[in-house]
Amino acid sequence: MKLTAVDRTLINQLQGGFPLTEHPWDELAEKLSIPAEDMIERIRLMQANGLISRFGPIYNAERMGGGLTLAAVKVEPERFAEVNDIINSFDQVAHNYERDHELNMWFVIATESPEEIQVVIDKIEAQTGLDVYNMPKQEEYFLELKLMV
Amino acid sequence: MNMQAVRNMNQSPIIDAIDRAIIAATQQGLPLTATPYQDVAQQLGMDVKELLARMQRMTELGIIRRTGIIPNHYKLGYTANGMSVWHVPEDKISQLGKAVGELAFVSHCYRRPQHQPLWSYNLFAMVHGMHRDEVYEKVEKISQLLGTNDLGHDVLFSKQILKKTGLRIKQGKD
Repeated sequence: MKLTAVDRTLINQLQGGFPLTEHPWDELAEKLSIPAEDMIERIRLMQANGLISRFGPIYNAERMGGGLTLAAVKVEPERFAEVNDIINSFDQVAHNYERDHELNMWFVIATESPEEIQVVIDKIEAQTGLDVYNMPKQEEYFLELKLMV
Repeated sequence: MNMQAVRNMNQSPIIDAIDRAIIAATQQGLPLTATPYQDVAQQLGMDVKELLARMQRMTELGIIRRTGIIPNHYKLGYTANGMSVWHVPEDKISQLGKAVGELAFVSHCYRRPQHQPLWSYNLFAMVHGMHRDEVYEKVEKISQLLGTNDLGHDVLFSKQILKKTGLRIKQGKD
């Protein structure tokens, strides 16, 4: 799918700020000078083609009273699949990536309470026999997402 | 962030069962209709004004980060995503982190703990590019910005996605 000028405007201007009003599209149509029906149709099409992963609110799990952390383990190649299965088996593990470093498996743990993070880490350490390097966010510096297309 | 949000950051629960129902109904996205909030409100059997007021409150508290389009970097051609990691002096990290976080090509910038001796990097900045060379060029720009405060850095590219699920909140739990 080739992006149109309208698509680019929507992606660049609408990564936040979708109005919280009864008629959000009317407000946007005026601001961006694009008819409401066109915006809805283009977003629907971009979503169907996977260019947009989602349209709506992005929730911050920590602010809901839950726990969130980034953690890493150092896995020997011959144990990679086994350790991967163990870590992925936890519902609290939301994302898991293989990365090219001595610490080669990086995963995000999201829990309903902050205390549960350590419980999950202890279980992963017990089941894998590996040290889990816990790297919770201590400070956040980015202002907003600003991918421009 | 306003002061109310700061005060509420470490308190829980700050959301009730109705908020949770709203989160459960919208975390996968809003309906792409002419009246998305009215449609969600109708589905939940609540008044649209109450829905909007609750979503407004959650936005003010930072529970909703933002509302809009979540682009798929990969599909838009940004296939090289490098997690750049930096060792910078702890006493200057807030100031340096803000400077790095303001760069247009950095999407996430966090301070995280060191784990010596294996891991001395305390600043993480996600850098997106069309290809790896572009990411390395951008990383070099960060290095120049940090100057002598760059005590060492690395870029960890993802080799493989092993798991990726969205946020899943259970409905009905208060």
